[in-house]
Amino acid sequence: MAAQVRIPTPLRKLTNNEELVEIKAATIGAAITELQKRFPGIQERLVDEGGAVRRFVNVYVNEEDIRFLQNLQTPLKDGDEVSIIPAIAGG
Amino acid sequence: MEKQDGFMKALKCRECGREYPLTATHVCEFDFGPLEVVYDYDRIKRSLTRHAIESRPHTMWRYRELLPIANEPTVGTQVGFTPLIKADRLAERLGIRECWIKNDAVNYPTLSFKDRVVSVALSRAHELGFKIVACASTGNLANSVAANAAAAGLKSYVFIPADLEQGKIVNSLVYGANVIGIHGHYDEVNRLCAEIAGKYGWAFVNVNMRPYYAEGSKSLGFEVVEQLGWRVPQHTVIPMASGSLLTKIHKSYQELGKLGLVHHTDWKIHGAQATGCSPISVAQKAGLDFFKPVKPNTIAKSLAIGTPADGFYALRVMKETGGHAEDVSDDEIRDAIKLLAETEGIFAETAGGVTVGVAKKLIASGKIPAEDSVVICVTGNGLKTLDAVNGHCGHPREIKPSLREFEALMQETEKFATHH
Repeated sequence: MAAQVRIPTPLRKLTNNEELVEIKAATIGAAITELQKRFPGIQERLVDEGGAVRRFVNVYVNEEDIRFLQNLQTPLKDGDEVSIIPAIAGG
Repeated sequence: MEKQDGFMKALKCRECGREYPLTATHVCEFDFGPLEVVYDYDRIKRSLTRHAIESRPHTMWRYRELLPIANEPTVGTQVGFTPLIKADRLAERLGIRECWIKNDAVNYPTLSFKDRVVSVALSRAHELGFKIVACASTGNLANSVAANAAAAGLKSYVFIPADLEQGKIVNSLVYGANVIGIHGHYDEVNRLCAEIAGKYGWAFVNVNMRPYYAEGSKSLGFEVVEQLGWRVPQHTVIPMASGSLLTKIHKSYQELGKLGLVHHTDWKIHGAQATGCSPISVAQKAGLDFFKPVKPNTIAKSLAIGTPADGFYALRVMKETGGHAEDVSDDEIRDAIKLLAETEGIFAETAGGVTVGVAKKLIASGKIPAEDSVVICVTGNGLKTLDAVNGHCGHPREIKPSLREFEALMQETEKFATHH
């Protein structure tokens, strides 16, 4: 068992069109490092030079924005669902 | 190729500048930055003169060269050119020399500014061959997508928070749209729609059609300038949900300057939020150039976006123009709705209460000087948010159909008036 990471359309070129990826990691930060190992290049799309999540990237664990949790230190457990989603316009 | 794309050249990432073809796509693959339409301003300048504009029908499409469709519009051809009202009685109450209301509460066909963005998004969706259109919405957008899709013979899916005002729900259902109520707030609806848009090949007006959709808001700014006699207002007060409208009105003033249609550059753009959902206003007042997401709790549901996608750009526009942000409580929103109604005969929805209430605060604090002129943008109709003011503006007095009862009531009224 591991966390399920949902890959958004703009990043699927890097994951050979895989939409759902299983990652074993203790935190969101570790999950991104793990993703980078399997899909080189994906990390720089998600985090900036300073290591922070990019301004227009939203990351959710079980439907909660990680900015309301512990950002990159947000812990992950078996069966958690992680979504990576671009910011979108108003309505 | 040039003919096929109208006056558009490409889509371009606002962050890194990478260019993309003019398809249904909205974020940069490299940094997730939003994509924006790039225009051929040299060609537009040859085509779009004051004379040309003034000779065209009174709709938003009189600025067609600056709107991102390739051919003539096919959806929402009657939208826009709403009244700009010189609001003297309101100006007096607010303590300012001159005040104007841009009244999109009477926009056609669904009584909010969203008809502007939707007519662009659906005309473009039609050009790109889509048969199904969709949106994530706080209500007004759902109404507009539902109505305009119906009129254009397109199938529509609209996703809204399940706890929206009854008026806004019925206003989507009546057009035969598929209305999906989500148990969650708008940011959750938004997240779900981003995932659905990635899976289904629909034209989501504020997801994959966003670069075209958002440009429609510029028409509000073009109209204000033309209606003021080709003058950019000194101050414009604009409601902020995602912050997109504010950035696009600023862009509309810039474009008219770039095309030589106006000649001054010293306008100030001010942003209005509800205190119960004020991530942008809080950041602006603290002097920050980034915001912290919030969980919304306000009667101004159409502005209840806790993670505003254009918040960063809205902050930048206010900073660059020397404008300010402010926010108002639910009670201040209701008071401002009543103030606008009693002084100008305009019934605005809660977002309009937010804008008028914030204008009042900015004038009182001197951030908008009393000797200046201000345009206040009212973007939606009060009939859609009756729940918010019902019970807060009194009740009708009931009598039998008898002249005696009426005269008794009048006497009582007069007594009341002389004692107060």
